[in-house]
Amino acid sequence: MERRRSFPDVLAGGIFILLGGAFVVGSLGYELGTPLRMGPGAFPLLVGLLVAALGLGIVIKGLVAGEMIAFGRIPWRAVAVITLALVFFGFTVRGLGFVPASAVTALLTTLASSRVRLLTAVAVAAGLTVAGTLIFVVGLQLRLPLWGPWLGF
Amino acid sequence: MELLDNLALGFSTALLIQNVLYCFVGVLLGTAVGVLPGIGPTATVAMLLPITFNFEPVTALIMLAGIYYGAQYGGSTTAILINLPGESSAAVTALDGHEMARQGRAGPALATAAIGSFIAGTIATVALAIAAPPLARVALQFGPPEYFSLVLLGLIVSIALARGSAIKALAMIFLGVLLGTVGQDIYTGTPRFVFGQRELYGGIDFVSVAVGMFGVAEILRNLENEQTRTAVVSKVKNLWPTREDRRRIVGPILRGTGLGAALGVLPGGGHVLASFTSYAVEKRISKRQQEFGRGAIEGVAGPESANNAAAQTSFIPLLTLGLPAHPVMALMVGAFIVHGITPGPNVITDEPELFWGLIASMWIGNVLLVLLNLPLIGMWVRMLRIPYQVLFPMIILFASIGTYSLGFNAFDVYAIVLFGLLGYILIKCGCEPAPLLLGFVLGPLLEENLRRAMIIQRGDASVFLTRPISAVLLALALAALVVAVLPAIRKRREMVFTEDE
Repeated sequence: MERRRSFPDVLAGGIFILLGGAFVVGSLGYELGTPLRMGPGAFPLLVGLLVAALGLGIVIKGLVAGEMIAFGRIPWRAVAVITLALVFFGFTVRGLGFVPASAVTALLTTLASSRVRLLTAVAVAAGLTVAGTLIFVVGLQLRLPLWGPWLGF
Repeated sequence: MELLDNLALGFSTALLIQNVLYCFVGVLLGTAVGVLPGIGPTATVAMLLPITFNFEPVTALIMLAGIYYGAQYGGSTTAILINLPGESSAAVTALDGHEMARQGRAGPALATAAIGSFIAGTIATVALAIAAPPLARVALQFGPPEYFSLVLLGLIVSIALARGSAIKALAMIFLGVLLGTVGQDIYTGTPRFVFGQRELYGGIDFVSVAVGMFGVAEILRNLENEQTRTAVVSKVKNLWPTREDRRRIVGPILRGTGLGAALGVLPGGGHVLASFTSYAVEKRISKRQQEFGRGAIEGVAGPESANNAAAQTSFIPLLTLGLPAHPVMALMVGAFIVHGITPGPNVITDEPELFWGLIASMWIGNVLLVLLNLPLIGMWVRMLRIPYQVLFPMIILFASIGTYSLGFNAFDVYAIVLFGLLGYILIKCGCEPAPLLLGFVLGPLLEENLRRAMIIQRGDASVFLTRPISAVLLALALAALVVAVLPAIRKRREMVFTEDE
């Protein structure tokens, strides 16, 4: 058979080996027990080995007869901005309060699109903040302060 | 007459004003996300799940179910009008439905889809009501070994949910199982893989996993290639099918319903399989084969009925065995558990109002869907003009608020990021997220029943093969695995899924 290397296959297999292996190493730190009374480490150990083995299989298959998948480009800007927006929300929603945290998160997220104009972004962010406040705080009675203690309220 | 009593109980529950209201909200949202390409029912249910925690259990489940089958309905509108299936099972509908729209017959195509779905939904709801109780009685006999084998079977069959290579789907399933082990061990209370973080003792929240894998990862995929959606949607007029059309759709609707009701029971993407099979059957038995692909109304009626029937009967494994057949069902398992109900054969006896109320609500939901879809078709057409630049910030914002409100725990929001990125890379490498989510939800069940079976049998693993039901289930799992790996069948599967793109 013709050798077809497939980068996505090797990468996917690598991730499975890494994660499966990490769980295997971790589970060795817990009691394994006996077949009769399995300890907390036994099941993750077995499944971790299985995942790592499947990962190895995928890597080998990827080196010999890989699946041809177009990996495509990665939208770095979107990855960075969306990560930042979500972390910002988790980090500040208690301190800044619902309204500022939502507004900044929404604004950051709109910037993930490479074709957005600033005016559109601000309008969308404002609209979503109002909608979010109405739906979650007014409508669903989510117990979160609108303005948080960091702002002196 | 027990059935009638039960249905009466169901309707008296489902017709309570708040239940009808949330059923309506559910099917409305479902239709909306079905119509809009780029946001699916899984992400929607995951986002809305935290909100439903304050509801009565039956109300919450009625609404979540409504989103699921509403999305099947809405998907066909987009497929017919702009040739973009909003939901994977609507891909077949696009073949002939869009062709009809181009010939100026969008109205009859939409009406056929709606009528077919309604008839199919009605018949399948009755099938669900008849088939579920006996199955639940069988399932009550199951002990830990049977449950272990059953869960394993469900997981293996879910490979069918994924396109692409079977080995990757298997790896995704067991990675999900592995992630499910994070948190306190059920038997000894030992915290596992928590890195000393108190927030992780309860395990990773499955809402974070679902929102990350189905919401964030999907958005990143869509942002790879931004293009303006060409929404050149013509006016829809003459909704009613002609007398000739009506004569031609009766057969396909009934056959599609039968096929869909039967295939929907299979765990793992039964509705997609159902619509493809129905299309193939209609094409084969039609006297006008040359019309298929060029706007044959049978090609809309059959698959649409099939996928809606399957959407109803896919609740059978969930309600009788506690096994989810679709990622949305996996989330509904979570909803059951949050409300203190273990999904499975006991639901029907312990919570008859919930069980029959949910079934009755599906029929009410189908009536609401017809009302929503035919007279209001103009509104849905207009919704297709919402630009993606508004849509995805909305998903991200509402997802973070929803996930945060799960337990007012910032950690759940960070977990979205983690699973979004992991999911994105894995999806790019040709791994589908659905099997991982099923593995994540079912993993703890798998472990619990394995360990319980071993304790009861004094460490003798042969019990899985000596108990007949367990042995049969394991044999089926093995057969499913062989079928998924065999190249000939895999090729056919790939063919089915390339049409799906």
